[in-house]
Amino acid sequence: MKILIATAVVAAFFAGTATAQDTVVPTAVMFDEGAVGVSLTGVVGDAANGRKVFANRKQGNCLACHANADLSEQSFHGEVGPPLDGAADRWSEDELRGIVTNSKLMFEGTIMPAFYIDAGYTRPLEKFDGKSILSAQQVEDVVAYLMTLKEN
Amino acid sequence: MNTKLLQTVAALSLLAGVAVAGEDATLIINDEETMVTEAAAPAHAENLDRIYSGWVFRADETQVLQMDDFDNPAFVFTDQGQDLYDTVDGTAGESCANCHGDVDSFAGLTAQMPRVNSDGELETLTELVNNCRTERMGAEAWKYSASQMTAVTALIGLQSRGMPVDVAIDGAAAPYWERGKELYYTRVGQLDMSCSNCHEDNYDVMIRADHLSQGQTNGFPTYRLKNAKLNSRHGRFKGCMKNIRATPFKEGGDEFKALELYVASRGNGLSVETPSVRN
Ligand code: HEC
Ligand code: HEC
Repeated sequence: MKILIATAVVAAFFAGTATAQDTVVPTAVMFDEGAVGVSLTGVVGDAANGRKVFANRKQGNCLACHANADLSEQSFHGEVGPPLDGAADRWSEDELRGIVTNSKLMFEGTIMPAFYIDAGYTRPLEKFDGKSILSAQQVEDVVAYLMTLKEN
Repeated sequence: MNTKLLQTVAALSLLAGVAVAGEDATLIINDEETMVTEAAAPAHAENLDRIYSGWVFRADETQVLQMDDFDNPAFVFTDQGQDLYDTVDGTAGESCANCHGDVDSFAGLTAQMPRVNSDGELETLTELVNNCRTERMGAEAWKYSASQMTAVTALIGLQSRGMPVDVAIDGAAAPYWERGKELYYTRVGQLDMSCSNCHEDNYDVMIRADHLSQGQTNGFPTYRLKNAKLNSRHGRFKGCMKNIRATPFKEGGDEFKALELYVASRGNGLSVETPSVRN
C-alpha cells in the first residue's frame, strides 16, 4: 500500500511538471549515439529567433567558430569548426539537437562548447555557475534554424 | 623633429610596412634589429613543430607599429618606466638606478624569467621588482599589473630585446613547469576550454574577428590597441580565462606563475620582443 501511494505521488509529480512546463532539464536529456530524439520543450522551434541566437556573441556565438553563408551580413565568421552551409543535408533534426545540446557526445574531445549542460564544467565564473549557455527553447530555436540550412 | 615631419615619417614607414608585413614578413626593428619570429619548437613543446611570435598573426597595420620605435606606442610607457627607474621612492631614499646603475645592466634577465631562486621558489620579474621596493627601498609594493609595474618591467624587458627566450625547466624548476603544463591542458569555464584548444590546436585560424596565435609571451608586457596600455602576462591569462567564462586565477598567484613558466618555455628560441604591439 505504501509503495502504491509513493508511485501515485511520483506519477502525479511527473504529470504535474509535464503539463505546467514541458522543459527537459539538462541532466535529464536522453542521448542516443549523440542524437536527442525528443524536443527539449515541446514547443516548435522559432527559426528566425534561432538565427539571432546563432549570431549573438552573448548567446550561441556560433559564428565565432563556424562560417555560414546565410549570415553574410555579419562581418566576421570563424574557421575553428566546419562551415554550416548545408548542415541540414548532412544531419537529421535529432542529430542537430544532440550536437547543440552537448556536442561532446557526438564529437569526442571537441572544442565546441556544450550549450545545454548546467554542471560538469570547472571554475565557471560565478554568474554562470549552475547555468547552461542557452535555454532549452533557444536550443530548439537554433535547431529549427539549422534545419533551414539546405543546399540540396 | 617637428610633428609634421614625424607624421610624414610615420606615414612613409606605414606604406613601406604594408609592402613587407604579413604572415611571411620579417620583423626588423628600426631597420637594424632582426627578430626571430619563427623557430623550430623546443623538444618539450611536444605537440608543436614550429613556434611563432604573436606578431606573425597580426594585421599589417599592427605589425608595422612594432617595426619602428617612433611608431610603437609602448615607448611612451617605457619612457615613464625610465622616470620611475631613476626616481627616489620610499624611506631608504633609494631609486632603482642608485643600486643597479644604467638599466642596460639588466640585459638578458627577461629572457630567463621566471626562474627558481636560491630558496627553491619560482619568482617572476614583477616579484623581483617588488622585492627591491619593499625590502631595499622601503617603498610600497606595486599592484601586480599596475601601470608603474608594467612600465618598469617593459623597460627592463627592452634591454633583452632580440635575445632568445631561454627559461630553465629542469632541476628545481621541473615541478613548477609540470604544474604549468597541467594548467595549460586543463579545460575550464562554462565554455569548457583549455589554453591548448585555442593556442595549440587552432592557431592561425580565425575565431570570429580574432586571428589566433600560439599565445606566446615573448612580447610582454605588450601594448594593446584595444586598451591603449601595457598589459602584463598574468593580465592576459586572466582575460583569456574570462572569455571562456572561467574564474581566473589570482594575478601573481602560484597557478599563473607556473603557467607563466610553462608558456614562456614553449617560446624558448623566439626573440624577446618587449614591448610588442598587439590588438
Ligand atoms: C569554439 C568553437 C565552436 C563553437 C563556439 C561552436 N562550434 Fe559547432 N563545431 C565546432 C567544431 C570544431 C566542430 C567539428 C567537430 C569536431 O571535430 O570537433 C563543430 C561541429 C558542428 C556541427 C556539425 C558540422 C558538420 O556539418 O559536420 C554543427 C551542426 C555545429 N557544430 C553547430 C554549432 C552551433 C549551432 C553552434 C552555436 C550554438 C556551434 N556549433 C558553436 C566548433 C564550435
Ligand atoms: C577561446 C579561445 C582562447 C582560449 C581558450 C585562450 N585564449 Fe589566449 N588568446 C585568444 C585570443 C583570440 C587572443 C588574441 C589573439 C592572439 O594573440 O591569439 C589570445 C591571446 C593570448 C596571448 C597574447 C599573445 C600575444 O602575442 O600577444 C597569450 C599570452 C594568451 N592568449 C595565453 C593564453 C593562456 C595561457 C590561456 C589559458 C589560460 C589562453 N590564452 C586561453 C583566445 C584564447
